[in-house]
Amino acid sequence: MRLELVPRAERSTAMALVSPVIAIGLTLIFGVVLFASLGVNPARALYIYFVEPLTKAWSLEELVVKASPLVLIAVGLAICFRANAWNIGAEGQFTAGAIAGSVLPIYFPDFQSPVLLPAMLVMAMAGGALYGAIPAILKNRFSANEILTSLMLSYVALLILDWLVRGPWRDPGSFNFPESRLFNASATLPLLAEGGRMHVGILFGLIIAALAAWRLGVSVHGFAIKVTGEAPRAARFAGFDQKRIILAVFVIAGALAGLAGIAEVSGTIGQLRPEISPGYGFTAIIVAFLGRLNPLGIVIAGLLLALTFLGGEAAQITLGLSDKVTRLFQGFLLFMILACDTLIAYRVSLKFGHRAAGVTGTADQKMVSNG
Amino acid sequence: MVDAGIITAIALTVITASTPLLLAAIGELVVERSGVLNLGLEGMMIAGAIGGFAAANLTGSTAIGVGVAAVAGAVLSIPFGILVINLAANQVATGLSLTLFGLGAAAMVGEPFLGTPGLKLPKLDIPGLTDLQVIGPVLFGQDGLVYLSFVLVAATSWFLTRSRAGLTLRAVGDSHDSAHNLGISVRKVRWMAVLFGGACAGLGGGYLSLAYTPLWTENMTAGRGWIALALVVFSSWLPWRVAIGAYLFGAVTILGFHAQGAGIRIPSQFISALPYLATIVVLVIISRNKTLLRVNTPACLGKPFVPAR
Repeated sequence: MRLELVPRAERSTAMALVSPVIAIGLTLIFGVVLFASLGVNPARALYIYFVEPLTKAWSLEELVVKASPLVLIAVGLAICFRANAWNIGAEGQFTAGAIAGSVLPIYFPDFQSPVLLPAMLVMAMAGGALYGAIPAILKNRFSANEILTSLMLSYVALLILDWLVRGPWRDPGSFNFPESRLFNASATLPLLAEGGRMHVGILFGLIIAALAAWRLGVSVHGFAIKVTGEAPRAARFAGFDQKRIILAVFVIAGALAGLAGIAEVSGTIGQLRPEISPGYGFTAIIVAFLGRLNPLGIVIAGLLLALTFLGGEAAQITLGLSDKVTRLFQGFLLFMILACDTLIAYRVSLKFGHRAAGVTGTADQKMVSNG
Repeated sequence: MVDAGIITAIALTVITASTPLLLAAIGELVVERSGVLNLGLEGMMIAGAIGGFAAANLTGSTAIGVGVAAVAGAVLSIPFGILVINLAANQVATGLSLTLFGLGAAAMVGEPFLGTPGLKLPKLDIPGLTDLQVIGPVLFGQDGLVYLSFVLVAATSWFLTRSRAGLTLRAVGDSHDSAHNLGISVRKVRWMAVLFGGACAGLGGGYLSLAYTPLWTENMTAGRGWIALALVVFSSWLPWRVAIGAYLFGAVTILGFHAQGAGIRIPSQFISALPYLATIVVLVIISRNKTLLRVNTPACLGKPFVPAR
């Protein structure tokens, strides 16, 4: 018995919408098996994991607070992935943005002004963009693999942050805790509603997603990015400068991740710490794929992945399960998304018996462009 | 004069730092020669690390630990193989998800083992030989996995250039269509390579938790899987160069720590960042030389294969 893939003449639009749903369904089945094998009632566990967080006002707010950095980062990553530029260093660009954006409130703790927050946001975006530009420049000038360089730079950024909050930026009054001083009121993103958790930063994700949906759809730049990714030769003939596009998508993604970084630090946490992200930069990769590299899809996917973070916390408290289950779920979900994506480009059928050797084939030349 | 004790200590630590990289990278080299790019090295390494640690702790045998480490890495490569080989999924994205999945799974399985003291792989001890100054402990006092890593390099080099199966594997990596038309089962060859790569990555991870630091800590691979991937590029897909690269990186990692020990004041975070920065520098230097890369890069690397009917 073997699996046979028959290329479709055209990519199936119906499957493009259905396949993420199948992937989520399979992940839930995986959840049932996993919880049962851990000795927990699967129905109860799935309820606590995926439903209960949606039933309370505070956890709905928390859901939005966690989804917004994911959406911001994932929109940037989607733009990169569309151009076939594999930026997987968003965690580092997020961190670089958080560091650059924190320079003012840490060196001038008493400075209070309405221009402070905008300045912090701009510095964070610049920091993230510059950090994102490094792998792009190394790829353009030296053809160094951007997957490896962007990931290595993430490790470096996390170490720089660690050094800063344990060394020069440590709050002198913190009794040796590795944390910076708390940001003053004018360096903190205001709350949307008094006493809630949602700060102004959550609007960034929505605005950026809407903006990206509009620009990617109608502008020449959006088209150039898409052609560069899907048919590099055609892009060359069309006169699109590929190196400039690679640099641009990395800079955009870096700036958005940097913005997410400062929003997290200044809105949600209120200071710099060694750990400012539960892996948003990596989870955002899953968000981008689950959202079909489409900004509006990414908003939905961002909420869903944020739910896995919340559900993980709830399951830890209520069921005594490890919060590591979350990462397992997220990884499995990405597996399933990629597996189900095969349905978009191919008809899949099970065949029995052996294949005859020595048949000619050109089918996979079509495959290459869709990989 | 620098005394022999320090030289021995440095040489020994360089070997322990290099071996996990070498084991993982030699496996990935074979995988890539078959035309498959498995970016899930980090995930398979961490699976090997916890699998080996847990098995050694539960059975009291480091030999079983090593075996389980290899099996854990190979098992984790199975979902990757199904997606990439059978379902023609995007190799880059699938490799990434393998890493995310592996890190999550290992963290979960490893939770009960946090803080448990581990078992250390026994070192070879030949009376007379191991007692020699410097070369004794360095050449004759290593554990089995160090020797295995060199056997693997030699065997892989022979396999890829001298054996029929190895040449078949390279043919599959260079042109899967032609190989398919000659009646070679592309999928079967790639499956073997992917499983071998998984087992090697598992061994590399197992070396970390059974020899390098016999302890289980979360994320203990700390990006070594990615560095091993860079080593394969550095080696331009030649086994002996992988060994040279792995030892260069081991030396970079260790020299920082010895510099700190010698009283040079550098923040520890900068020393920890050295291997990552070195990876970037090396990638830049190697990738500039396009002719060198073009000669040996498997032509079908990363491209999905769908057999024509």
